[in-house]
Amino acid sequence: MKWFAVLLLSFALPTLVAAQETVPPLANQQLADPGQEARATKLMSVIRCIQCQGQSIHDSDAPIAAAMRHEVRARVQSGENDAQINAWLKSRYGEWISFEPPSHGAGLVLWLLPVLLLGAALLVASSRFRKGKS
Amino acid sequence: MKRNWLVWMPLLALAFVAGLAIFRLANPNTDYVSSEMVGKPLPEFTLPAATDGVEGLTTANFRDGKPRMLNIFASWCLPCQAEAPYLDQLKAAGVEFHAIAIRDKPEDVAKFLAQNGNPFVRIGADQDMLVQLQLGSSGVPETYIIDGKGRIAYQHIGDIREEHVGPLLKIYRSLK
Repeated sequence: MKWFAVLLLSFALPTLVAAQETVPPLANQQLADPGQEARATKLMSVIRCIQCQGQSIHDSDAPIAAAMRHEVRARVQSGENDAQINAWLKSRYGEWISFEPPSHGAGLVLWLLPVLLLGAALLVASSRFRKGKS
Repeated sequence: MKRNWLVWMPLLALAFVAGLAIFRLANPNTDYVSSEMVGKPLPEFTLPAATDGVEGLTTANFRDGKPRMLNIFASWCLPCQAEAPYLDQLKAAGVEFHAIAIRDKPEDVAKFLAQNGNPFVRIGADQDMLVQLQLGSSGVPETYIIDGKGRIAYQHIGDIREEHVGPLLKIYRSLK
């Protein structure tokens, strides 16, 4: 059976080689420092892939997502903080690149809306309950 | 009887949602992500030649006082073949092109140029797409218009078609 496994592997080899040919080094390689890798992973899961737009670069197999993962890991490794990395990406692709809406301008409405709706619901509910009592 | 108007609310809500759907069907959303780098200087990069017989590309090649177009292409990209005749038209009208080949092999680039012609002066190879990221570019093909000081003046996303040639020329010439 061993020869059969080797045969199967030999089929897989060209695709493995082809897949790794053009990917930059840190695209699919974790950082040595677990703390840094955790930070990079957190960032990568809220950064949108520009090719497969519903996916984060953490999830995506697209080549451009690989390049973006490399860029994020390289910047984490070189000591940049989250805000600097986000700012770099936004200076290339705009607010669009982040899955987290900005907490200013139109984005602020999005963040405050749940609180406003909850407040309105409480008001309505409390007036109803009061009516029920009387 | 006082709250009769409430009966119509679900219908109004439905009409609103249907209206939104019709609006989006009539005005399809473009999935283009435009670069925030437009209006800013070209990022610093140095790329090796994409194939034999051409020269590599670096930011300094755009700073000699002459405006240029920078075409982002790949041999594996079909729309890049489709736009080739219009790049030739632009070249014939006096446009000087540099190019960046994305995730490509030298032999494939050579084949692509043999088949579709080579309107480019220099072609840099961006194997790992990191320069593409720096440019805020999200795919192939794209064409940037760069002024003589190396500032990005305009970004065209997607293949250049017949109707784009005139407007692109106008922007290019306004930079001269």
